[in-house]
Amino acid sequence: MFADIIKILSNAELTGYIFEGLWHSLLVTLIAALLGLFLGFVVAIVKIAPNNAWMRPFKIVCDIYTTVFRGTPVALQLFIMVFAVFAIPGFKPYAAIITFGINSGAYVSESIRAGIASVDKGQMEAGRALGFTWLQTMIRIVLPQAVKNIIPAIGNEMIALLKETSIIGWVGSTPGSLTFDLNAAASTIFRSVPNYLASGLIVGCFYLVIVYIMVLIVKLIERRLAKNER
Amino acid sequence: MNANLPPILSVRDLHKEFKDLKVLRGIDIDVNKGDVIAVIGPSGCGKSTFLRCLNLLETPTSGEIVFEGEHVFRNKHALLKEEYRQAKKAMQTAKLSRDKQAIETAQDELQKIKTAYEAEARLDKETEKRVKKTIDIHRQQIGMVFQQFNLFPHLTVLQNLTLAPQKLKGLTEAEATQKATALLKKVGLEDKANAYPATLSGGQKQRIAIVRALAMEPDVMLFDEPTSALDPEMVGEVLKVMTELAKEGMTMVVVTHEMGFAKEVANRVIFIDGGVIKEENPPQEFFSSPKDERLKDFLSKVL
Ligand SMILES: Nc1ncnc2c1ncn2[C@@H]1O[C@H](COP(=O)(O)OP(=O)(O)O)[C@@H](O)[C@H]1O
Ligand SMILES: [Mg+2]
Repeated sequence: MFADIIKILSNAELTGYIFEGLWHSLLVTLIAALLGLFLGFVVAIVKIAPNNAWMRPFKIVCDIYTTVFRGTPVALQLFIMVFAVFAIPGFKPYAAIITFGINSGAYVSESIRAGIASVDKGQMEAGRALGFTWLQTMIRIVLPQAVKNIIPAIGNEMIALLKETSIIGWVGSTPGSLTFDLNAAASTIFRSVPNYLASGLIVGCFYLVIVYIMVLIVKLIERRLAKNER
Repeated sequence: MNANLPPILSVRDLHKEFKDLKVLRGIDIDVNKGDVIAVIGPSGCGKSTFLRCLNLLETPTSGEIVFEGEHVFRNKHALLKEEYRQAKKAMQTAKLSRDKQAIETAQDELQKIKTAYEAEARLDKETEKRVKKTIDIHRQQIGMVFQQFNLFPHLTVLQNLTLAPQKLKGLTEAEATQKATALLKKVGLEDKANAYPATLSGGQKQRIAIVRALAMEPDVMLFDEPTSALDPEMVGEVLKVMTELAKEGMTMVVVTHEMGFAKEVANRVIFIDGGVIKEENPPQEFFSSPKDERLKDFLSKVL
């Protein structure tokens, strides 16, 4: 097995696959994460906003969104989005990224909503009583306190997203396409060096290292925030 | 105090319901400039709800609130709704009786109520629309102090005091800081300017909360049991600040269980029970010769 690992690592073509896969995994995760964070933030704010007549339709849409995307498997969402909703030639990789982003947004919105809800209600009241509008109070007083609770949850969500994107090859992937991620690299390498364990271990190590780096970043931000508190 | 000036706050027939729970059932009161009104009453009688309605943290169900001559809340058609319904019912009864005279009378009555109802509904709607835009400005003029302090924990004491004046009144940082420092000095906490709220004692937190509200230079201050969450030894320092404030002529509405404060500092004491003001008097009379039975009972327990 060690022989196979060395064989893979010393083969320029095969390591090329690995680095291409790594790059694509990171890229897909990053774009999906940005989309998810944006969607999640907007949805959380809509859900938590005062319940007046013109907000209600938006709230209902957001509720349906989070229920549907958190309530069905992401593989199924990918299937529907890629082969039905966005069945445009050449659009597959982007449809997949959009799906991951939308799916992630549903989870992120819940993390943000929970983080905001964990801030004492008296904070919003104190802000309003001083004369700040709801949005001003949210931005200046509530959100800065909620961030502490939101960051770890979002960090976990980003890690889950990285691993989740490994099913992207499932919509069809060849080297050179965005859908050719780390996981797809493992399958391709297997064709040259038929040892599942060897290619799996190598790619697994790459996933592990990225996840570890992400954990470190989250910890760093958390520590920074804790320092600001006092 | 100043009988010739219009009241700062005028409350008429104020009702507040939470679903089926009728908390306020018709509160009427004028708060005049310089008044220090102590609000007392059994727990759960609606004192906090009343106070929170005054700055619209809670939206009343019906009634009127006029702040410095301008309606900040108006809902008079809700109460007429029931009358309207009854007039309709009377109309049907009259029709069944086939008595021409009765039908005509009922018809007139129904028409009158309908016209009144529609007119009030229109005015209510206009007020609501206008207030939506102005309420945040009004709230700047109404300071509020909470039982749980509600200081902003992510900001220093100084930032707690300067945030609103800077962002809402357009003061520069230097101006806001200067004013905040003066206020901190007044309550003896100038050395805490750069501390975070978590490092303060309860009494210190509440004194900061009071000056945070004062930094906006409000025309009236609302206090909701400002000493109830404090250890006994800290009640005095907060009451002292409030007493000084009253002496300076600040208009104050204070929900409190501190009967000493009500007796010595307030010029009016009101007793809320069953959702209405059961009794109002200057403190001497209020405490020496209470008339309402429930008040007598209440006073015998707290004094
Ligand atoms: N937001 C709310 N929703 C439902 N019921 C409430 C709400 N706020 C207060 N109440 C109820 O209204 C009543 C009066 O409450 P409150 O004004 O806090 O009384 P007090 O301050 O006199 O002790 C209580 O029975 C309380 O449970
Ligand atoms: Mg209360």
